[in-house]
Amino acid sequence: MSLRIHQDHSRFKQIVRGKIKSNLRKYVQKGEMIGKKGKDTISIPIPFIDIPHFKYGHKEQGGVGQGDGEVGQQLSPGAVQPGDGHQAGQGEGDHNLEVDVTLDELAQILGEELRLPNIERRQNEKIVTQKIRYTGVNTTGPESLRHFKRTYKQALRRQIAMGTYDASRPIIIPTREDRRYRSYKLQELPETNAVIIYMMDVSGSMGDEQKEIVRIESFWLDTWLRHQYKGLEARYIIHDAVAREVDRDTFFHTRESGGTMISSAYKLCRDIIKADYPKSAWNIYPFHFSDGDNWSADDTRQCIEMLREDILPGVNQFAYGQVESPYGSGQFIKDLREAVGDATNVALSEIADKDAIYPSIKDFLGKGR
Amino acid sequence: MPKSLTPPLRKLKDEIEGHAKEFGLDFFDTRFEVVSYDELNMVAAYGGFPTRYPHWRWGMEYEQLSKGYEYGLSKIYELVINNDPCYAYLLESNSDVDQKLVMAHVYGHCDFFKNNFSFRHTNRRMIDDMANHATRVRRWVDKIGVEKVEDFIDRTLSLENLIDQHAPHIRRNPDPRRAEDEMKSNERVEGFKVDREYMRGFINPSEFLDSQRKRVEDEKQKAKKFPERPQRDVLQFLLENAPLEPWEADILAIIRDEAYYFAPQGQTKIMNEGWASYWHSTIMTRRALKDDEVIDYADRHSGTMGTRPGSLNPYKLGIELWRDIEDRWNKGRFGKEWDECDDLRARRSWDKKLGQGREKIFEVRKHYNDITFIDTFLTAEFALEQKLFVYGFNDKRNSWEILDREFRKVKNKLLQQLTNFGQPIIEVVDGNHENRGELLMAHKHDGQDLKSDYARETLRNVQSLWRRPACIITRYDNKGVLLRFDGQNHTEKKIDL
Repeated sequence: MSLRIHQDHSRFKQIVRGKIKSNLRKYVQKGEMIGKKGKDTISIPIPFIDIPHFKYGHKEQGGVGQGDGEVGQQLSPGAVQPGDGHQAGQGEGDHNLEVDVTLDELAQILGEELRLPNIERRQNEKIVTQKIRYTGVNTTGPESLRHFKRTYKQALRRQIAMGTYDASRPIIIPTREDRRYRSYKLQELPETNAVIIYMMDVSGSMGDEQKEIVRIESFWLDTWLRHQYKGLEARYIIHDAVAREVDRDTFFHTRESGGTMISSAYKLCRDIIKADYPKSAWNIYPFHFSDGDNWSADDTRQCIEMLREDILPGVNQFAYGQVESPYGSGQFIKDLREAVGDATNVALSEIADKDAIYPSIKDFLGKGR
Repeated sequence: MPKSLTPPLRKLKDEIEGHAKEFGLDFFDTRFEVVSYDELNMVAAYGGFPTRYPHWRWGMEYEQLSKGYEYGLSKIYELVINNDPCYAYLLESNSDVDQKLVMAHVYGHCDFFKNNFSFRHTNRRMIDDMANHATRVRRWVDKIGVEKVEDFIDRTLSLENLIDQHAPHIRRNPDPRRAEDEMKSNERVEGFKVDREYMRGFINPSEFLDSQRKRVEDEKQKAKKFPERPQRDVLQFLLENAPLEPWEADILAIIRDEAYYFAPQGQTKIMNEGWASYWHSTIMTRRALKDDEVIDYADRHSGTMGTRPGSLNPYKLGIELWRDIEDRWNKGRFGKEWDECDDLRARRSWDKKLGQGREKIFEVRKHYNDITFIDTFLTAEFALEQKLFVYGFNDKRNSWEILDREFRKVKNKLLQQLTNFGQPIIEVVDGNHENRGELLMAHKHDGQDLKSDYARETLRNVQSLWRRPACIITRYDNKGVLLRFDGQNHTEKKIDL
């Protein structure tokens, strides 16, 4: 049933979408959205969709309440209702509108605003899942799939045809032959799979701020790639002088000290790909974040070699994000640029601060790989 | 789509209607429609009028209502429209006892709509008019384009509370145009008639002519000062004096019409909800309730009457006040003798067995609105019994707290909250401010400052209708301030009041 309100409702949603779009840069820079993430949706506070009026600030106003309590007693949070509901059917007050947006929609908005191209899938329709689709009606089948309406229709048809239907006493009794069942077909659905392999330098020079940037950036990368691929997997590698695989939580909250051997992470990345993600079936996205400091020029050479030989040939895109830190020399990105900067499936981005996350997402995803 | 009543519901309706009439309620013909939850949310989003003009904010309301329901935060039980006939909605999934309760409640509202003086001048064919408004808006949308119309509605809605809230009814006839005055003040200053040219300097010395010119000029100024008296109905002022395109004026008039239609409901919320609750409880407990329905009824009723410390439930406050009035007039607890009696024991056992309670409340429901109702009938005893208090925000502790339980203060705060709908009083004081055609409004400050970001945004919308700079005088932290928006920039000037 279509209600008239749906027109106004979708207009409202459209406006909300516009609001989100125009505030996207702000949202991207702020980490708070990540905290409000539900399973499939995210709550986004929308500023000023309240139609402004000349009115009192509720805090100035106070009001009259009802109940127990001494003078001076605090009222529990949430007990005070702005506006007091003196306006029939209208929710006046200081409420900030929070709108639930699906992650998919958010990704779409991100894509539109940053003009991101859809990803060209390297591996398509390799993995196949089966899905049941109910396609028709049959005269045989399990009772659990009995189609009541069709069964009774059939019985009615038969009774009318046989002249046993009495309109003044409309009782319909289906017989064995009247029974109808839903029939199904197994349909093969191709599904494209993709994996993100996040790598991050957690050596002493990567501070909290740097990691926060990585966290925010990876949220958006995730959101976009998930929008492009159903069944996205993510793996997490942290490294200082050695690399190890961790879960998501550890990834964002570990802090180590000591030196940096980027090659250790690339090695592990290579091994993971080799073990679990054959390039014939998977779209693969390694993302590496560091402050650009590496242990030695020799290690950097190893990294580049590994990239050229093992990693780049098998992945959709290798991305390196260099987060500026007061301690880092920032040399690594220069080396990469020189060595593999021309490769079509390499994306390099320097992220100076939170403001730079927004353009950096474009660096990473703008190629559509 | 809404369905008419099923035979069992029809039977219930006839029963409840019979009880309501028997108790002396007097209402317009009342039509119930049965709707699903989605539909009820929709109708509520439209303020009760499914035929309302298209606008995104109904969509927003709907989103919030549906969400509130999904999360189990709120559920709408009743929705009545002040119209002749009255329309009311029943939720199809409700149990019989709920339906009876809602019906009884609805008859209370319908009686109130028909009899309370605040509603006397409301449009009783509002259902038709709302549909007409929608047609007009749609026509403009077709002609002007949806973006422009919607944008204009947004700006107009921002001003919808700038009507004369407590005017008895909407005024439609504009003051006669000022063309005539304009003509008069354009006379040239010639001085006295001069027959012989050489005499001119003597008959009309230049000082005299100058003073005459000044007088005419002053008069012109004065005549240009409009409105002559401050005007509370800002929307009307804009309608008559702002350089609006015909379509803009039409939409502004629609918004103003609807604002006036809804105003009395805002002014009688406590009385009206209290009255309906009084009647649903009376009808249910005295007549309509079956034994096996008592628990469900009590559950529903107490749910409606629940209070939270930091807000006032108009249903609860209203019903208790009506009962208190009934009780006092039954026992004769009013008048000089009662007021002057300070023997506590005598007061407690005071019962003159007057039995005038019912009669009294019927009379009160006719002649009062929330302000006069509270002012007249809220007593110190009542405030104490109902545990009323004043609360406010403590900046130091960053929390709300109970400020006072003293009767006077409670009552004053309550009255203040109800005055002008709990909204600031704003008037147009000058339509030709500084002789530059700027619009000057004044906020009658009563101790509460305007929310400043909202004030700026609203001023911007006033300016866009007036098309010249718009200003408002108000006070922040007890200092006079003139806010001005000239179409580009906001400025703020300190002024002496």
